[in-house]
Amino acid sequence: MSSTAKAPKHVHHESRMVQSGRERAVGLTLRLIVVGIAIVFALFPVLFIVLSAFNPAGQLSSGLSIPRVNEFSDLFNNFEALLVTELDIWPFWRWIANSFIVATTSTILTVLISALSAYAFSRFRFRGRRQMLLGILLVQVFPNLLALVALFLMMDQISALSRIIPQIFAFLQGSFLGFLADPGSWQWLNTFGLNSLGGLILIYLGGAMGVNTWLMKGFFDSIPRDIDESAHVDGATDWQIFWLLIFPLVRPVLAVVGVLAFVGTFNEFVLARLILRDTQNWTLMVGLFQFINADFNRDWGKFAAGALVSGIPVVIVYLSLQRQIVGGLTAGAVKG
Amino acid sequence: MAVANAKVGVPAGAPSSHPQNSTLWTVLKYLGLALFNAFTLLLVYAFFRDENLGLAAVFLVIGVGMNTIFFVPSLYPLRWMSPGLALITLLVIYPIIYTVLTSFTNFGDGHRLPKSQAITQIERIGGFIIPEDAPRYSVVPYRNDAGTVALWLSNATETIFVPSGGAIQTITDPPAEPPADYDGYTQVPRRELLPTLREAQSLPFGDEDDVITVSGREAIRATIVPRFDYDEAQDAIIDRTDDTIYRANEKTGYFVGPNGRPLQNQPGYRVGVGLYNFERMISDPGLRGPLIDIFVWTVAFAFLSVLLTFIVGLAMALVMNDPRMPGRTIIRSLLIIPYAIPGVISIVVWRGMLNLNLGVITNVWNDLFGVRPGFLIDPWLAKFSILLVNTWLGYPYMMLICSGALQAIPSDVYEAAAVDGAKPWQRFWGITLPLLLVSVGPLLIASFTFNFNNYLLIEALTGADAPNIPNSPVPARYTDILISYTYNIAFGNRGSDYGYASAITIVIFLVVAVVTLMQYRFTKTWEQVGENV
Repeated sequence: MSSTAKAPKHVHHESRMVQSGRERAVGLTLRLIVVGIAIVFALFPVLFIVLSAFNPAGQLSSGLSIPRVNEFSDLFNNFEALLVTELDIWPFWRWIANSFIVATTSTILTVLISALSAYAFSRFRFRGRRQMLLGILLVQVFPNLLALVALFLMMDQISALSRIIPQIFAFLQGSFLGFLADPGSWQWLNTFGLNSLGGLILIYLGGAMGVNTWLMKGFFDSIPRDIDESAHVDGATDWQIFWLLIFPLVRPVLAVVGVLAFVGTFNEFVLARLILRDTQNWTLMVGLFQFINADFNRDWGKFAAGALVSGIPVVIVYLSLQRQIVGGLTAGAVKG
Repeated sequence: MAVANAKVGVPAGAPSSHPQNSTLWTVLKYLGLALFNAFTLLLVYAFFRDENLGLAAVFLVIGVGMNTIFFVPSLYPLRWMSPGLALITLLVIYPIIYTVLTSFTNFGDGHRLPKSQAITQIERIGGFIIPEDAPRYSVVPYRNDAGTVALWLSNATETIFVPSGGAIQTITDPPAEPPADYDGYTQVPRRELLPTLREAQSLPFGDEDDVITVSGREAIRATIVPRFDYDEAQDAIIDRTDDTIYRANEKTGYFVGPNGRPLQNQPGYRVGVGLYNFERMISDPGLRGPLIDIFVWTVAFAFLSVLLTFIVGLAMALVMNDPRMPGRTIIRSLLIIPYAIPGVISIVVWRGMLNLNLGVITNVWNDLFGVRPGFLIDPWLAKFSILLVNTWLGYPYMMLICSGALQAIPSDVYEAAAVDGAKPWQRFWGITLPLLLVSVGPLLIASFTFNFNNYLLIEALTGADAPNIPNSPVPARYTDILISYTYNIAFGNRGSDYGYASAITIVIFLVVAVVTLMQYRFTKTWEQVGENV
């Protein structure tokens, strides 16, 4: 910049400074008003659910009224009904257990499967590598949620296996291999068909490799190759290098993928409702939904209690891991 | 050591010699592979037997693929991703192919089974004929302590006793009257006579070739004949009661009688119907009208959802971007809460608040204006409510990504603008927004695809309450988006039409594919992949 240009800049700057004192005060007030409105908008439903949960009247029509109780313990009537007394109608703990089984299993397997793939993509150079990376990206375009009709039919067909396979072995009846013809020996196959947690986990795992592999590969690439090479020199196998050297180093990205997978499967509703048919097999989200769908008014308080019990842990996880979750979601651009 | 030394010269990542070359390890490896192969082959054969060629083929492909990966040394890197590849093949790629295949069939209620299985079913449970000359008996029911029913049957020529599920015993020299007790069974008292006889009508007596059927106070003993018989030569089902011939129609998947009507109360079978499901979509006005409405609403819903969440999210991000804002961290956390609550829960809470008779919001509205708007029932208001709730659900995400992107905009750009005398508003339109759109644009497109298929919101918020579009032959509601429309056609309470549902799924595939390809183009993903890998 020439020296002549300097003067006007200075003048301009000063005039802005003069204005900005008042401007800033107005601006800040405006900002606070906007934020206030936004917080009311954001938290109004939360307030509603908290008040409903503690209101022993426990009906939708009780609305936003402050709970009136004679004894302090009455505040927890809804929780008691849901978690203790009415378990034979709505097995709430069972749902929680199912959700944890599904979420934990799919998380562990997702992390393992995608870490193995990411390691191969990051460390090996082979023919078709680029095409495969693109292929994964392309397959990702159609999350398996879209093909829900096909998935349902497939799961139904897999359920038929426990009936067909004993027929195949019918000729072995009476011999020492007779157990193969016994339908009882093949019942375990039903843990992967319709109305089973195994089937649901399988469906979730279908999406395990996609985005997660990309996310992890990026991180794996940032770990210097020298580490592997010196380990190779020392006679370590690829497996040892992966498991003992790289795996501990990539823990941050494993944690991100893990938390995303866990929260995603824990909250997943659409596929879970499609696959799980019996009350006993429902996950928490399916259970809560079916439970409130049965009678919207009468059970409102209990639903609210259940919503608090199941929602609070998830909210805490989200708030404490905000940055990582958002980082991961931006890569995948989906909310589970 | 020699092996390890040799590795130094090899480019990193070249397949290294196999781990743990001990005999035990090798044995275990091959044993595992053998077990895997045996089980996979069993599955392939089982599906093949069930005439499920699709799944048989997939498992065959997976089996062959796994063995190739295992035995071809140059495919060593693929071993690492084999579990993922198998799962993707089975649960992502095959469902897409299967959707396409199903869309060319009439798979659905009335056409669930392949032809041979449908024939077996019609023959087995299509009803029976009892010959005219079959012997009839009068019935006296008995019951034992376990509750099992037995029958004392007598006519002029013979007397027999038969427990349910047991063998027929012929009684020689029968007493004149049925005894009070026989073989551990006690004669049923008079007041329980009729209920027991009614129960006996649905119980099995005798065996397959020699069946005893109770009807009223009588029983008939006969070798019963299936009513329907499949004649392979004519490719037709023959009704033995009147010898009507129902010929298989390979176009419609029905057995059609001489009057042109399909076999009543019996299933048809699965056949390929070519492009019929797609033709229906376009040429049947009853389907076309709702489909067009639903398509337009799906696009509008997805677009407006992105727009509204982006506007609110960006506004919040701009407000929060000022470092002098007090309590930024805590406010941010509070504003993220809607995003953190599991979707099902928050959507149902909104559904409660917007409930016509009991909802808080409806009540307040009623107090203020004296009317109860049908927030979830009126076709237009329901759409409005969906957008409102989706804005609530989605703005925190937009806020988070916008704050990230805003901080990434270099501040000297603003300084330069200030020098040139740009007003705040001009700075926003001229600098902030364009730069922001470059970085969050792809995420906006992704958000569009996500909402395009946001089944959860539509189902949990308006679900069963939503108003139906009248005169649609398949279930269709005003608030439906394509995927919820598909879901109800396939699994709704008005029967299942998997073929047509799959055809609509393909429409969804096409839209999603086009939009995502646009996104990849926009972000130059392909080029980046080319450079970075």
